[in-house]
Amino acid sequence: MTAVVTYFSDIFRALGTVVIGMRITIKHLFTRSATVQYPTVKMKIPERARNRLYVNIDDCIGCDQCAMACPVDCITIETIKSTPDVDLGLTSKNTKKRLYVPRFDIDIAKCCYCGLCVPPCPTECIVMTDVYEFSEYDRHELIYKFSNMTPEEIVSAKDRLKKYDEEQAAKKAAAAAAAKAATPPPAPPTTPPPPPAQPGGTT
Amino acid sequence: MEWLIEFWNSVPPLVQGVVLAIPPLVFIILYALVVLYMEMKVAAHIQDRVAYMRTGWHGVLQPIADMVKLLLKEDIIPSAVDKVFFRVAPYVVFAGTYAAFAVLPFSSAYIGADLNLGVFFLVAISSLVVVGILMAGWASNNKWALLGGVRSAAQMISYEIPTALAIVVAAMITGSLNLQEVTKFQDGGILNWVVFGGPLPLMQKLLLLPFTLVTFFILFVAGIAEVNRTPFDLPEAESELVQGFNTEYSGMRFAMFYLAEYANLFLVSAVAVTLFLGGWSSPFGEFMSGPIWGVFWFVVKAMVFVFMQIWIRWTLPRLRVDQLMYVSWKVLTPWLFACILGVGFVLVI
Repeated sequence: MTAVVTYFSDIFRALGTVVIGMRITIKHLFTRSATVQYPTVKMKIPERARNRLYVNIDDCIGCDQCAMACPVDCITIETIKSTPDVDLGLTSKNTKKRLYVPRFDIDIAKCCYCGLCVPPCPTECIVMTDVYEFSEYDRHELIYKFSNMTPEEIVSAKDRLKKYDEEQAAKKAAAAAAAKAATPPPAPPTTPPPPPAQPGGTT
Repeated sequence: MEWLIEFWNSVPPLVQGVVLAIPPLVFIILYALVVLYMEMKVAAHIQDRVAYMRTGWHGVLQPIADMVKLLLKEDIIPSAVDKVFFRVAPYVVFAGTYAAFAVLPFSSAYIGADLNLGVFFLVAISSLVVVGILMAGWASNNKWALLGGVRSAAQMISYEIPTALAIVVAAMITGSLNLQEVTKFQDGGILNWVVFGGPLPLMQKLLLLPFTLVTFFILFVAGIAEVNRTPFDLPEAESELVQGFNTEYSGMRFAMFYLAEYANLFLVSAVAVTLFLGGWSSPFGEFMSGPIWGVFWFVVKAMVFVFMQIWIRWTLPRLRVDQLMYVSWKVLTPWLFACILGVGFVLVI
């Protein structure tokens, strides 16, 4: 008897559930679709969205902190020390810039948009923008070069530093030589021999 | 008009046959474009998406683009397949479907072949589709394709029985196997349709009503199973059999399978409509009736059921193989036997 009952109840349940399902789908057929027609219609990006990185190179002091914070090593920074005779100007925080930044490359293809590079920056010059459409046909096009130094400027900066270093070295050598020349006579009195009884010295 | 009929009678029968065979082919191709678009749009909107939007207004040109793409694609024939059967199978499938269109009365003025055993021919010739599908599955030399082909054969053979029995019920009421006769029997308004008991005395109609409704419903369900669509799409089951028997096909031959599938979809709807919903006859009696309106009503009625099938496809999940067989042998067939008995009883008294 129960077999007969289940046979009929199964059939009616099947029909009933099919009707329920079809009612749901027909309702969805006439509701507005959720699709946003992307290239023509764009969704609003949240205010603090983390997308493409931007570096305000005029503010960069070449401290390398962002590169160190980066978990995927997508930031490459090279710096050249400046000589005292040139003035690189001030940052937005009114500190003096002391380094040339001949290379500030971000490989945005590697970037994982974690935003860890942003907080360490002392001058707040590296920021995440809301730009997200920057696909390229060649992967190398995704390496963004932010440095604004021309190759000539880099060469001249390097030369100047080299000259300055040489000058400094020469000066130091001269000073050392001068010191050497000047010191011998008073040498014995200034540095008296340590007492021989001293056990193992710290020097 | 006279000279036209005279001219027509003077043409050799072979030429007559070819000329009569062209309208369904043109219709199938145009209809395939429409239903391709409809399927994608209905599918997308049921899932709250929008489907094609870029080719033409709301993507109306996309089916044409798809067709052109399929026709221009390379026809890949894997090296391990049985070359002859692999090549022939899509045409067998399409031929089976296309031949069945011969007995469909599109209007009171047009029927491809006015056979007195129309429905019988239809049931017989659409079995050719099974042969084609099994051929494709076997010749592909691929286990998924073979599984698909075998499942398809099992399924179509089991569901042929409910279909044929449902047709028997309609034939009992209308007293004819010629689809044109069947339609003429139901002409004259919505209440004369077989699904509402046909143009019989009121008492008989009321007694017939439950049986005809159940039979019509079963014919529709069995029709979905015959064309391998979703609740019964085990032969192609894209998620488990990677499209089953048409796994190895590409380009033109795949397009043939596709065309045959959509043509079949129309065919089962058209058969249900012709047998139970008055075919080309207008639902308002004399109003909007005639040979041209006939085509309109026939296509509109069939398209409603094509839409129903698409709607069901995007609603229901796939059945298991044993459930599929259960539905056919333990539910549809016994209920139809009951209907045949009931209808016979009502007609005799």
